[in-house]
Amino acid sequence: MSVFSLSNNLDTYLVIGILLFVIGLYGMINRKTFIGMLISAELILSGASINFMAFNHFSAPDPVVGQVFTLFIMAIAAAETAIVLSIIIAVYRNYKSINTDSVADLEG
Amino acid sequence: MISLFTAEGMAGFIFLVFIILTVSGALIATNSSSLIRSVAGLALCFVGVAGLYYYLGSPFVALLQILIYVGAVCVTIIFAVMLANNAETKRSGRCNILATSLSLLSGSGIIFALVTIVLKTEWFTTVSKPSDGSVEKLGQSLLTTYGMSFELISVILLVAIVGSLVLAKSGRSQS
Repeated sequence: MSVFSLSNNLDTYLVIGILLFVIGLYGMINRKTFIGMLISAELILSGASINFMAFNHFSAPDPVVGQVFTLFIMAIAAAETAIVLSIIIAVYRNYKSINTDSVADLEG
Repeated sequence: MISLFTAEGMAGFIFLVFIILTVSGALIATNSSSLIRSVAGLALCFVGVAGLYYYLGSPFVALLQILIYVGAVCVTIIFAVMLANNAETKRSGRCNILATSLSLLSGSGIIFALVTIVLKTEWFTTVSKPSDGSVEKLGQSLLTTYGMSFELISVILLVAIVGSLVLAKSGRSQS
């Protein structure tokens, strides 16, 4: 199998989805700001979408289901981004910071 | 062996370019120190993902990926970064090294396990049908089979809009 025929292989897309998911997980653990964690969450969601689209193209009897699911994931991700950003803005007004360490007043 | 200078070779080469765009964009998004650069890496990654969707036979979803993610989500995140711009503080050394090594370890473990599973499984694949005007079928099934979910998604978007307005406004009235 040549390098140039990778686009006709299901495994390629699955491996790319895994890479995006794990890079997002790594960023989720490693980032110290809320916006960085939001970016990592977007990466995780797009990894899941790639998985849906790959199975939709290669092994679904009805090739519409995965596309509909991906569109729903996009809509929910957009709603999630809007809410998370407004929460970030509200937190920034109260704490003057978007670092996760400085928002620790609620403990106890 | 497919030569680079045939149609299939060029398509495969562009596919490789999209893969590199996706993975390098994701790495930039998680590893760069300034937030603006991470958002730019995220946009790069989403353009690559849109290219992968095109190769998966649905140009409509690829177009929507660019329109929604690159056009709306990334721009909104850039707005928030500019409103709440705060340079990421220099982390304390020990905790940072601990977190980085732990996340690298767990990440490589998960990658190894999942890639092993993917490569060892015999996936049931059907013969891929040529996509015939997939936008039309997509619209029909969105309004018939998935009509209920479609309406629920619009309710979710409405609630998100109202909720984000309320959250941002209440913070303002207090200060």
